[in-house]
Amino acid sequence: MDAGLLLFAATLRIAVPYVLAALGGWASERGGVVQIGLEGLLLVGAFTCVWVAHAAEGAGWSGGAAASLGIAAAAVAGAVFASIHALVCIRFGADAIVSGIALNLLAAGATKFLLTLAFGSAANSSRIAGTSASGEGFSGALLATPLVLVAVIAVLACDLAARRTPFGVRLHAVGEHPEAAAAAGIAVARVRTAGVLLSGVLAALGGAHLALDQHQFTAGMASGRGFIAVAALVFGRWTPRGAAGACVLFAAAEALQIHLQAHASRAIPTQLVQMLPYVVTLIALVGVVGRARPPAALGRNAAT
Amino acid sequence: MSAAEADIEALVLHDITKRYAAVVANDRVSLRVRRGTIHALVGENGAGKSTLAHVAYGLVLADSGTVTIEGRALGRGGPRAALGLGLGLVHQHFMLVPTLTVAENVSLGYEPHRGAWLDRAVMAARVRDAAHTLGFELDPDARAGDLSVGEQQRVEIVRALARGARTLVLDEPTAVLTAQEVDDLFRVLRAWVARGHAVVLVSHRLSEVRALADTITVMRAGRVVAERAAGQADAAELAELIVGRRMAALERRPGKPGAVALALEDVHTAGERDALRGVSLTVRAGEIVGVAGVLGNGQQGLVRAVVGLESTVQGAVRFDGEDVAALGVSARRARGLAYVPEDRLEEGLVPDLSLAENLLLAGRAPEFDPWGRLDRARLQVRASASLAEYDVRPRDATLPARALSGGNQQRLILARELGRMPRWLVLAQPTRGVDVGGAAFLHARILAARDAGAAVLLVSADLDEILLLADRIVVLYAGRVADTLDAAGADARRLGVLMTGGART
Amino acid sequence: MNAVVHRVRRAAGAAALPGVAVLAALAAGAVPLALLGHDPFALYARLFADTFGSGYGFGQVLFKATTLLGTGLAVAVARHAGLFNIGVEGQMALGGLASACAALALGPACPAAIAMPAALLAGAAAGAAWAAIPGWMRAWRGVHEVIATILLNFIAFALAGFVLIRYLADFETLHTAAIPVAARLPRLESLVPALRGAPVNLDLVIVLALCVLAAFVLARTRWGFEVRAVGMSERAAAAAGIPVRRRMFEAMVVSGALAGAAAANFVQGYKHYFEDGFTAEAGFKGIAVALLARSHPIALVPAALLFGALDRGAFVIGGDVPKEFVDVLQALVLLSVVVAMRRRSRRVAPEAA
Repeated sequence: MDAGLLLFAATLRIAVPYVLAALGGWASERGGVVQIGLEGLLLVGAFTCVWVAHAAEGAGWSGGAAASLGIAAAAVAGAVFASIHALVCIRFGADAIVSGIALNLLAAGATKFLLTLAFGSAANSSRIAGTSASGEGFSGALLATPLVLVAVIAVLACDLAARRTPFGVRLHAVGEHPEAAAAAGIAVARVRTAGVLLSGVLAALGGAHLALDQHQFTAGMASGRGFIAVAALVFGRWTPRGAAGACVLFAAAEALQIHLQAHASRAIPTQLVQMLPYVVTLIALVGVVGRARPPAALGRNAAT
Repeated sequence: MSAAEADIEALVLHDITKRYAAVVANDRVSLRVRRGTIHALVGENGAGKSTLAHVAYGLVLADSGTVTIEGRALGRGGPRAALGLGLGLVHQHFMLVPTLTVAENVSLGYEPHRGAWLDRAVMAARVRDAAHTLGFELDPDARAGDLSVGEQQRVEIVRALARGARTLVLDEPTAVLTAQEVDDLFRVLRAWVARGHAVVLVSHRLSEVRALADTITVMRAGRVVAERAAGQADAAELAELIVGRRMAALERRPGKPGAVALALEDVHTAGERDALRGVSLTVRAGEIVGVAGVLGNGQQGLVRAVVGLESTVQGAVRFDGEDVAALGVSARRARGLAYVPEDRLEEGLVPDLSLAENLLLAGRAPEFDPWGRLDRARLQVRASASLAEYDVRPRDATLPARALSGGNQQRLILARELGRMPRWLVLAQPTRGVDVGGAAFLHARILAARDAGAAVLLVSADLDEILLLADRIVVLYAGRVADTLDAAGADARRLGVLMTGGART
Repeated sequence: MNAVVHRVRRAAGAAALPGVAVLAALAAGAVPLALLGHDPFALYARLFADTFGSGYGFGQVLFKATTLLGTGLAVAVARHAGLFNIGVEGQMALGGLASACAALALGPACPAAIAMPAALLAGAAAGAAWAAIPGWMRAWRGVHEVIATILLNFIAFALAGFVLIRYLADFETLHTAAIPVAARLPRLESLVPALRGAPVNLDLVIVLALCVLAAFVLARTRWGFEVRAVGMSERAAAAAGIPVRRRMFEAMVVSGALAGAAAANFVQGYKHYFEDGFTAEAGFKGIAVALLARSHPIALVPAALLFGALDRGAFVIGGDVPKEFVDVLQALVLLSVVVAMRRRSRRVAPEAA
């Protein structure tokens, strides 16, 4: 019973970056702009959070306050970084896939670059105190960072926004049938840009969680989570709830694998468990592809 | 409606002229639509009626002339301004988001909200009230993509009404409807008009329109050629006005047809637009069968079924008696099929390949040796010869195809397709966008192919072309063959009637 | 003579836009350098001086360029069919593993004439097989190859890691045993003394030959023509009777084979074993190289040289500026190129991807 609760808590904690990144992916792709730059955004958010929090702590702020500032800074950095994607894809009409790849490369390089400059190491930054002291116990795991709560709220908020707000309807229209949206008087480019910026904010927040959870920034710490988030989005059929659900599923697998390893079980090799989310998504794509229909206008994202 | 109100006309278009490059789509067109009436605007392809509708709605800015909606001038504000003044347009191709509900589509762009949340009650009420006014029911929560075409059209109409439109322009509304749905639509439009509003019906289906309209304006080649009150309109006369008085050209050379080479037996194709709903026809070797009809009545389905780009759901297509259902485009081409598509740039050519390389696009070109290597010298020879024979200009085979004018691109395509001495030749709109001289040249080559024994299926919205080239004429209407005539002595009047749905066999 | 001048002119014209893009990226990169108190021009000058100025430096550039040329070619071939093979990295990883396994399986007694090509072909075969999966998914299931290949990358890495650790790794290392000498690709320094010390090897010649072969196949064979037609206009290709889906699939398989073969530079030519993580982003950089070259197999050479020089240059300026700056620069080049060539992101086809 106790172990089950712990496993549940661990799952949630692991799921946070996936969920936030996947929601970010939803915000962009629901409007028709392909977003595979989530990996880069996670890195941007993680690094910015650590950098700012570290500086704040150095200036005398408490761990919690510094962390909060770091989180806010991460959100801003994410929006700024994503605005490049918006500019390149929406305003200039360039290919969103390549732009996403380029932004991932840019983020990977830039964060390592700044890491070396700011902390003198190419591998990891200095530690930050961050929020809550320990990660033990159920509540410790749950409240490891304030972003766990943020993630839960984000899922609800995106879900509600999608179905119950004018913005949600417009975002949907713009991603499915931009001509109809334009004919209805909607400023297609503006709605899409909002979606892309939101993707930046959410994914960066996911990165902030990663950094706070580990109390430091490590080069390449996203470790493919951004791509799993893309897979989760597809698996979840481009809805906030579906994507979040898929993320929890993948996180559960990861938590289980860690648990089994910790208990010296040699039954399942780590790599095979690592493969699992990807294999499952692939099978789902092939089998379900008729129903897992992306937003119809995904990929046709020029401003006009 | 008071007398004063009735005086202000719903829509006045005065002296509208709109030019697209060399084509004058609207040439000093004037139109007055009175409130409480249904005004039909009829004509065939290229008559300019859709352009006029778009000008009225503010989607297109006329070069000169004025648009006045209920006494107020429409400036440059586009559709939003037009809607603000009370004019709505139902497009030929619906502007609905299929995955949103009816209520969401209707309120798209001006969603009612309480604070941050959508006010779904108001959205639903908009739908229900508007539908009720028009005399039908519409479920606000239904998914737009799940509705039938007729129901989707109702959503569009409801949307216009909900946005305050008092004058409704419908662009080819019955093209995709069944007979029953057409009746339903007309009932709705009568209800609309009974409230003192107005309807402008843009259509080529004269027979349907005569039953509904109060006034009929006929356009041809960008001009208004006639206006009649419904009661005084003679169907045959109108049909003739639509297609214009045409005599079969003196240069027409009849062919010497042989055995049946191509046969369609009760062919049905899938899809809602341009599908075949049971077409049977034959084409003999050495004969040109012209397929006449306004675009959207099954021409695309016919072409795709014969060429092999689409499979039939019912019926058989036979090449020399052989059922080719199992054969793809490549196999049909290998047997001797040549195809000149309607869309030059999207289907006929690869615009960025050179002229020479585009000549390779007709099945297994002989310039490739059995190993698959390209014999460039041979291609160059063939390219020079083809470009010379078909007088393609500029004569540089290394240029990308997009560098050529439309007429020259068409010559290139014909050089490629006719150069293979085809047994079956399918052409769709072969001289669209081509100047008169170029068209004459292309016509001569098509006749030459026929005289060499090809079975030619010529699909064209240009009646002149059909009357000039065809030995027999098949008229397509609503996915079926309305009738088959011998070209010699083909009556423009009769063709017009058939094309506009007047008579069914 | 005129024909040659004409072709040179055309090539120069085609290089103009990417060239401008590269310069723009370098200029953009100069900004952070300046902000950090460095002289950007001096740094750039040093970067290019070492990479092209010394035999050893140039050899290093060639070595890095070889891998990029291999992956760039793989991406370019898929691009011609209108496809994005993002899975080059994974295909390369599995190719390297297969190559090492084949070499080890053949054993030290096997003569070089068999061992060398066998290892190379094993790598190509593995890459081809791995690319066949997303190729099939795209051609006959309509699954976008970008998503499929990204997923398969991770599966490939995990799979390779698993096989390595379970069965093959030398004790306490993350690599296999060294492959027999016969399977190794000799270094070029034995032929060109100026390159002494640099790991550039025979694979450079092989990859260059593959580029020429690819250029020939794409321009002068029916298969190449059909693939290009599919990539430029599916509709026109279908109307011409070209088997669109089959060509898409085949292009992906060929692309995967090239990616698998690209591992040879490292596995057969340098370290002489398969090592976990040897691919080091070469797949993604290959995408950048292919785009810069607009997927033209011959233009890949200068593009790969540029990126190779930047890779090498990272070490040169590494004393003053963190070497990751070069990663930033490469990403800026990619961004700059994709904006400059929007609507022309295919070879020269302006259709949207």
